[in-house]
Amino acid sequence: MFSLLSSLRQAPISAQFGVLIILLYLIAMIFAPVLAPYGETDILGDAFEPWSSTYLLGTDSLGRDMLSRIIYGARNTVGIALATTLLAFVVGGLLGIVAAVLGGFVDQILSRLVDVLMAIPALIFALLILTIVGTSTSSLILVIATLDSTRVFRLARSVAQTVVVMDYVEAARYRGEGLWWIIRYEILPNVSSPLIAEFGLRFCFVFLFISALSFLGLGTQPPLADWGSMVRDNATLITFGDITPLIPASAIALLTIAINFVVDWKLHNASGLKDE
Amino acid sequence: MTDLPLKKRQVTPASSSKKPLLTMRGLKISAQLDNGWTEIVHGVDLDLNPGEILGLIGESGAGKSTIGLAAMGFARNGCKLSGGSIHFDGIDMMQASEKQKQSLRGARIAYVAQSAAASFNPASKLIKQYAEAPVKHGLMSSNSARKEAIELYRKLNLPTPELIGFRYPHQISGGQLQRAMTAMAMSCKPDLIIFDEPTTALDVTTQIEVLSAIRDIVREFQTAAIYITHDLAVVAQMADRIQVLKDGHTVEIADTQTMLNSPKEDYTKTLWAVRNIERQSRSPSINPVNDYILQLKNIDASYGNGTQKVLHDVSINVKRGQTLAVVGESGSGKSTTARVLTGLLEASKGEIIFNGLALPKNYKKRNKDTLRHIQMIYQMADTALNPRQTIAQIIARPLSFYLGLKGDKKQTRVRALLEQVDLDPDKYMSRLPNELSGGQKQRVCIAKALAAEPEFIICDEVTSALDQVVTEGILNLLNRLQQELNITYLFITHDLSTVKAIADEVVVMLQGKVVEQGPTQTLFTPPHHAYTQKLLSSVPQMDPNWLNELLIQRQHEVTL
Repeated sequence: MFSLLSSLRQAPISAQFGVLIILLYLIAMIFAPVLAPYGETDILGDAFEPWSSTYLLGTDSLGRDMLSRIIYGARNTVGIALATTLLAFVVGGLLGIVAAVLGGFVDQILSRLVDVLMAIPALIFALLILTIVGTSTSSLILVIATLDSTRVFRLARSVAQTVVVMDYVEAARYRGEGLWWIIRYEILPNVSSPLIAEFGLRFCFVFLFISALSFLGLGTQPPLADWGSMVRDNATLITFGDITPLIPASAIALLTIAINFVVDWKLHNASGLKDE
Repeated sequence: MTDLPLKKRQVTPASSSKKPLLTMRGLKISAQLDNGWTEIVHGVDLDLNPGEILGLIGESGAGKSTIGLAAMGFARNGCKLSGGSIHFDGIDMMQASEKQKQSLRGARIAYVAQSAAASFNPASKLIKQYAEAPVKHGLMSSNSARKEAIELYRKLNLPTPELIGFRYPHQISGGQLQRAMTAMAMSCKPDLIIFDEPTTALDVTTQIEVLSAIRDIVREFQTAAIYITHDLAVVAQMADRIQVLKDGHTVEIADTQTMLNSPKEDYTKTLWAVRNIERQSRSPSINPVNDYILQLKNIDASYGNGTQKVLHDVSINVKRGQTLAVVGESGSGKSTTARVLTGLLEASKGEIIFNGLALPKNYKKRNKDTLRHIQMIYQMADTALNPRQTIAQIIARPLSFYLGLKGDKKQTRVRALLEQVDLDPDKYMSRLPNELSGGQKQRVCIAKALAAEPEFIICDEVTSALDQVVTEGILNLLNRLQQELNITYLFITHDLSTVKAIADEVVVMLQGKVVEQGPTQTLFTPPHHAYTQKLLSSVPQMDPNWLNELLIQRQHEVTL
């Protein structure tokens, strides 16, 4: 913990800013019921009430408090994105490393399967499948995780391939070690830094992807608050010169930027470059 | 090869009216480590007269390359010139602007790197890369540069000088590439060339060609040079004066003859002594004459599904408790033989007999006990140790995997193994491999092999990435362990002085075939097989006239 803090102190200002923002979002997620002035789904007043002391950011199309919904939205939007990315990394990362270690037949089958999945534009594919299986939260996570794991697979496979040719992996095979041991102790520790950096980037993409799906009506379903659908529901306000719909949009933008700052810093460290 | 210079060039005495070309005074260089800046070169003085060749020698980590680069006013990424002065022909390199220094680099100071293969742009033809510097510095047109390139290629004895420039770097051999790089350094007729270990990565027979080519051309153009190496015998052929470095300090400076004949400092003497370890033959009475631990019988092997055959009918016998050295130049099939033996490469024909039993040719079909008894130590300790595991974890794995040791017993054994390879357990157990020096890493690899309690260890060029002092330590360690534990070694190397130091028997390989096999003593006494003769005579000797004499002799043989 201490070393984490001291490395953060040496980090560039952009990374410190990123970490700060991420912490703020985490606080919003965890303490949402305490922070939010009203309930997530309570209908309180008229539709589209302006900003006032009662409703700090006004109300939405059904008369629910905007501020409360933005705070609760962090839970749903970020939570689903996190679960999706984690699942994508476990599946894609593991299969990618397995493909690199075993090579040959297994590698061919997995890689071609991934090629097929990647050949279809992700958004259209997701829309298609979600229309078929329905838009429950769990199916949303499963579908996007599957699609995203193809990208992770590609990266994990190529990074692991550079490690597989190392003498220490050959030595482990020659020692008679099993597949799991080679993956867990010889390869995984050596591919973790690019994978962690990619995790940050992937998380942003998944996050934006879910927001886009919500905006299109296939993401998180009402009455759950989520930033993508909040933009869609209140978009009409823009035409009246009200900037309220831009607030959930900028909540998405801010988190994306913050994560990228942190990822850039981690990538820079992993590359071993030193500043003059 | 015509008109060889037979005499050593007259060295301009330092006292002459000529001004020195390069002077360094109290040069200090710092490197950025995890906890701030640490000084790695502590005030080195260096003088170089026009046309003189200065040899910089020392172990790895002595600061040779860093000082060489500093002569160009350049510090590697993560390093900085932190004190002292560097003057090149009156120009203060510490104060000069980056632009000023860039106009000197290439034009008046050139650099030849250790790995030519990594320094050329792989996507562009040699001659185009040759012409780059002279054209950029506005010295000549692209056409005349190309004409000169062909002339220089001819002088450096490159094959088909008219055409070789139109090849890409990967299309020519390592030795040729190193000469092409020397030609490139020569392109602007610089006053100073820095050679950073240009022959270290080459095998002995290729090294000769590159050395003689470099020497002739440097002398012809009267170029001053700094020749960086850790091989004394090489520097003896090249340099007028030798400066010995250790840990960023100058140990001794003297002209080549004096330095070779009467070194003053103790450290210099230890450098000299390394070449003279000789193995005491183990008395044959311990080992019955025909107690073979391992036999390879008529092995054929190939890469790429049988398309490229690399081993032809190889038969090798290894006696129990002895060391068998396999020598040959790169590409002779030495390492392939080791891979076949371990089963990592499946032999297409022949038999591998270990302790009287035929082994399966694929390691996956061998049982755990067989795998345990044949251990392998790799050439590059860097890639043979997992960078994310501590030394204790690395050594403990074979203990728990093969021998089922656990807990305290395992820890005690790890400590004992580290002590056996002369590493302090308290200091090193919790370290990661990249916190160790090259020699220490190789010791960890040895400890890891010993952990399996094997009968047979394959050492694949284990010392070729190390400098001489460290090599001596490793070879002595291997000899001692053999006596204590009665292990048999198969020792692969291209360095014949290593063979003398460790082997009881030698196998000479050439183009995938065994040329000669016999006891070390016999092999080093004439008559030799023609190839063995060539290999033996290519090993650099400490005599500064050795290269001259060898070239004359070889030329003589050709004309006969």
